[in-house]
Amino acid sequence: MKLVDHFETGLDAPICLTWELTYACNLACVHCLSSSGRRDPRELDTAQCRAVIDELQRMQVFYVNIGGGEPTVRSDFWELVEYATDHQVGVKFSTNGVRLSPERAQWLAGSDYVDVQISLDGATAAVNDAVRGPGSFATAMRAMGNLAEAGFRDFKISVVMTRQNVDQLDDFAAIADSFDAQLRITRLRPSGRGADVWDELHPTAAQQRQLYDWLVAHGEGVLTGDSFFHLNALGSTPLPGLNLCGAGKVVCLIDPVGDVYACPFAIHEQFLAGTVRAPGGFTEVWRNSPLFADLRRPTSAGTCSSCPSFDSCRGGCMAAKFFTGLPMDGPDPECVQGHGELALATAGAPPRPSADHSRRKPVPVSIGFGRPADRACDTSPLAGMR
Amino acid sequence: MIDPTRPYRRAPQVALRPEPFGALVYHFGTRRLSFLKTRQLAEVVATLEDNADVDSTLDSVGVAPDQRAAYLRALAGLADAGTIQPRER
Repeated sequence: MKLVDHFETGLDAPICLTWELTYACNLACVHCLSSSGRRDPRELDTAQCRAVIDELQRMQVFYVNIGGGEPTVRSDFWELVEYATDHQVGVKFSTNGVRLSPERAQWLAGSDYVDVQISLDGATAAVNDAVRGPGSFATAMRAMGNLAEAGFRDFKISVVMTRQNVDQLDDFAAIADSFDAQLRITRLRPSGRGADVWDELHPTAAQQRQLYDWLVAHGEGVLTGDSFFHLNALGSTPLPGLNLCGAGKVVCLIDPVGDVYACPFAIHEQFLAGTVRAPGGFTEVWRNSPLFADLRRPTSAGTCSSCPSFDSCRGGCMAAKFFTGLPMDGPDPECVQGHGELALATAGAPPRPSADHSRRKPVPVSIGFGRPADRACDTSPLAGMR
Repeated sequence: MIDPTRPYRRAPQVALRPEPFGALVYHFGTRRLSFLKTRQLAEVVATLEDNADVDSTLDSVGVAPDQRAAYLRALAGLADAGTIQPRER
């Protein structure tokens, strides 16, 4: 049995576990995979988070990828990081940089067990801020400067590849070099709010070729989280990585309320495996949930079975198919052979999201003159003067 | 390179997790994940520290004579990657 076959049938514990600690976020990125914004009142509290960490330690999950939302806005965030690393669970956390002060950067640089990943979706403020919001480029650059200044080597700069930033790949690499950081690029998914902007943001077919060539040229030097294996059908050089959809096999997600999903890009009831709050906790969900058992069974290639590229691309990304309304046993919407576009032409309506923590958009209400009230109930003449 | 007459140990920053195929190896310093592809090799790595040297570790785990050369090559690779390291006698 080859190593990769063991991964197909599932391991005793995940290799790559993502844990979103909160849906609260100071930003409102247009492509947010978890539709974050508002804190969920059912969020796991500090004690419950510690219990999850204890369990990860027992399962020997070496490290956890913490995200959100913006995880650092939790008041107990640094305490939880410390608790995890004290219990042999390494932490890599993703942040927009809002809380990475010079002092905090010093603290982080002092730990061997913490890695930091700064999100940046444009190599210029114009490209970045169009997706992540005004001021977010400056915030990220300041945070990276603080990390570099503190001597934190090899932190990650994480870029979601879009139609607007594929041409900036060399610029991203230069930014990473300038901070002694490592570049990580990942695939845009039509998950969360990503579904709303997918049509405008996902790379064109020509850009996919550009991306593949760039990845082949840069090899192991750039991290991808294995997210571009659907591009393998473009050439004979396989991209580094496992080349499989790891959902429920080696990957899963714990969301802020403790729900366990098959992968971070699949926050939808169809991929909900259970909750860490139930008896048996996360271990029980990982080892015995019917959904994960199903994902670990060999699947049919479906309409892709006659395609000579199937062995290279493996049908692509489950979440990308699901959220564009395509069947699981068919081509990826970005299939490099063009089968995805054909399938999309006849696909049904994409599924509706089953959770959304986006901040409600302010509804501009004008009652004749002056500025609108801060809140619907805010009728004081001093509203807006604080 | 590895000297089978010397004592070795799993590096302190390395964690091993037994799996059906062997073991997962994680190095907290380099943050790299790797794999040991047999259970027996995982046992060798885990018990290096309990034995006087590499040779006696292979004996105690019961590595077959015709497998020894392959195991020493694998261990040399693990030493290069920083997974295992010489320890003081």
